[in-house]
Amino acid sequence: MSVQIIIEQFVNGITLGGMYALIALGYTLVYGILLMINFAHSELVMIGAYVGLGVLTLLTNQAFIEKTTAATPAMGWLVPAREFFVGTPLGIVTLFAIVFLTSMISVGLLGVLIERLAYRPLRHAPRLAPLISAVGVSIFLQNAVLLWVDSKQIPFPSVLGTSKAFTFMGVSVSTLKVVIVVTAIVLMVALDLYVGRTRMGKAMRATSQDREAAGLMGIDINLAIMLAFFIGPALGAVAGVFYGMYYGSIVFNMGFLPGMKAFTAAVIGGIGNLRGAMLGGFVLGIVESLAAGFLSTGYKDVIAFMILILVLIFRPGGLLGESVVEKV
Amino acid sequence: MGGGKMDVSTKVSSGRMTPTKIALYVLLGLVLVISPIIFEGMGMLFMTRIMALVGLYVMLALGLNIVVGFAGLLDLGYIAFYAIGAYSGVIIGTVSLKYFPAALQPYSYFMMIPIAAAFAALAGLALGTPVLRLRGDYLAIVTLGFGEIVRIIINNNALGITNGAAGLPRAGEFLPKPAGLEWLQNHAYFTLPDIGNNGFNFAFSSNLYWYYIIVILCLITIFVVQRLNDSRLGRSWVAMREDEVAASSMGVSIHGAKLWAFALGAVWGGIAGVTFANFQQFVSPESFTFMESVFVVCSVVIGGMGSIPGAIVGALLIQGTPEFIRGFAASGIIPGLSGEQVSAISNYRNLVFGLVMVLMMIWRPQGILPSKRRAAELNADEDILEEENETLYDVQHDTGRFGDSADQ
Repeated sequence: MSVQIIIEQFVNGITLGGMYALIALGYTLVYGILLMINFAHSELVMIGAYVGLGVLTLLTNQAFIEKTTAATPAMGWLVPAREFFVGTPLGIVTLFAIVFLTSMISVGLLGVLIERLAYRPLRHAPRLAPLISAVGVSIFLQNAVLLWVDSKQIPFPSVLGTSKAFTFMGVSVSTLKVVIVVTAIVLMVALDLYVGRTRMGKAMRATSQDREAAGLMGIDINLAIMLAFFIGPALGAVAGVFYGMYYGSIVFNMGFLPGMKAFTAAVIGGIGNLRGAMLGGFVLGIVESLAAGFLSTGYKDVIAFMILILVLIFRPGGLLGESVVEKV
Repeated sequence: MGGGKMDVSTKVSSGRMTPTKIALYVLLGLVLVISPIIFEGMGMLFMTRIMALVGLYVMLALGLNIVVGFAGLLDLGYIAFYAIGAYSGVIIGTVSLKYFPAALQPYSYFMMIPIAAAFAALAGLALGTPVLRLRGDYLAIVTLGFGEIVRIIINNNALGITNGAAGLPRAGEFLPKPAGLEWLQNHAYFTLPDIGNNGFNFAFSSNLYWYYIIVILCLITIFVVQRLNDSRLGRSWVAMREDEVAASSMGVSIHGAKLWAFALGAVWGGIAGVTFANFQQFVSPESFTFMESVFVVCSVVIGGMGSIPGAIVGALLIQGTPEFIRGFAASGIIPGLSGEQVSAISNYRNLVFGLVMVLMMIWRPQGILPSKRRAAELNADEDILEEENETLYDVQHDTGRFGDSADQ
């Protein structure tokens, strides 16, 4: 294996790691506050990708816009809008902002809705009950998309094309990879600041430490829990859209593997620990990409499961599990 | 629990046999034995096949019920034991065929049963040992990972013995007919030409053979699982499920109880697996996906965790309903049901199951046919209190009726 390939795999690993970390934050936020594994999180990631694709299609798909404007002339604004979004640099940035915000907000709200309907009634039930309920939600969402959207793989347009950002030691890095990593890091820093510095962040930390005591101190626990269920899925939605762009297609059960891997990442970092999830995401992404270079690709997906089992057995607290007290 | 209930009534499940109960069991037995003969005679051969398949799912649900229901360990990778049973049985079976005399071939399946069970139990221990210290939700994830690892390894043709996605047996190899099938096919047939339009033509089919084998295996499973539930081990599972710390301070070996649960649960998965492989004459990794595990978990949860009749009813509902609908549609007995509609039904099945799992947890966490003890555990405290008061009353006035007032 030449140095070049190792660097290439490393770059891929960081990109994957950024996405895993974003998804892992969703698991860790919910676990930190409710001590439950939100099994449906991977489905929210998938739905985020579908919402993103929907908005992208509406705003940029030539064939779709022609058909729509022919059917309803009131939608005529789509034609100049498309030219703006695709043609100009400012347009692409706006397009990204619109796509991601729509996806984040809709999936975030879906997360809050799921919490309200499927998890809140079970808050005082034995721990197995919310977990089984979450498995149920996951199956429901997956099949809802399968039935009401499509069961086949849908191609995801590569908005950025194959443009190269820069070349590093003979390895050219695509703009998309840079965008993924930068966005992921920006969102993570923002979340870290929000949870660490703001009043509401403090409320979330208090709720995760001791729900009842926090309630007695006048903190709106339900609001804190709802926030966790909004922020987590919203970040997952970003990862979902990136996942679609990165792999070029999406399918109704696409959430399962990245979801499992992101959960592994959250466990590696110490579940319930925000910075741990970020670190775990990047560690897992890099390890997996490098290992895929050594092993046959058929076993690529086993690596994450193996790491998960080994970490749970030998260091169930995770890498940062015990050293950092702060957890949300 | 109030009074002396726990001391006196150690036998949890069975009640006394009343004449009505006996009559009911006899009737059920007759239906189980005769209905497939009627279906076969009327030319509805697919019904026997489906009934046999559903029987396998009942076995799986009963096996998983040991792990999830009795011991309270959520296993999301149970189908791995089914796969291990099927593959170990088929692989060792086909290899041993080459070394054993031909006269032993018909007994190959029966000899594979203990082997498949042993392999599954070993796999259960292999999964159970490293996860002994894990809590419920971590455990669920690890078992899920275990299930996926097993499937991926089989799919990748590990060590060159599983034949990858193409499945087993390979071209040119075969699974021999089990003992007695050939004789029955040649001797057991009759015709009653006056019944129905085409007459009643019964001929013993291999489906029917496997159906009876599976019914017998189910009965054995029910018997053993029931005895397990009433045993010392069964009580230690309940104690562990309700409070691990309290149980271990009362002298229950938590590690032992967990390992036994994994191993004894896996055994039934393994036996069902090798039976499935011989019945289908074929195994491939696509029969062992995560969704299959979820369906078995659904059966147990919806039927009622820890309840044996619950597991049976759950398996019948979850696995049986769609199979029967599909079978009827494929046979054209229900007119106007197209293939597309059938696949839509099977897709909506999953959607509905997801919903049912959530609603069940909210409104009836104890399941359709709950075990009393489990229901008390899952419900609010006042329910338990009420039950305790009732029991106390019973204790003081009629000490002979514990068996009836207890489980089921």
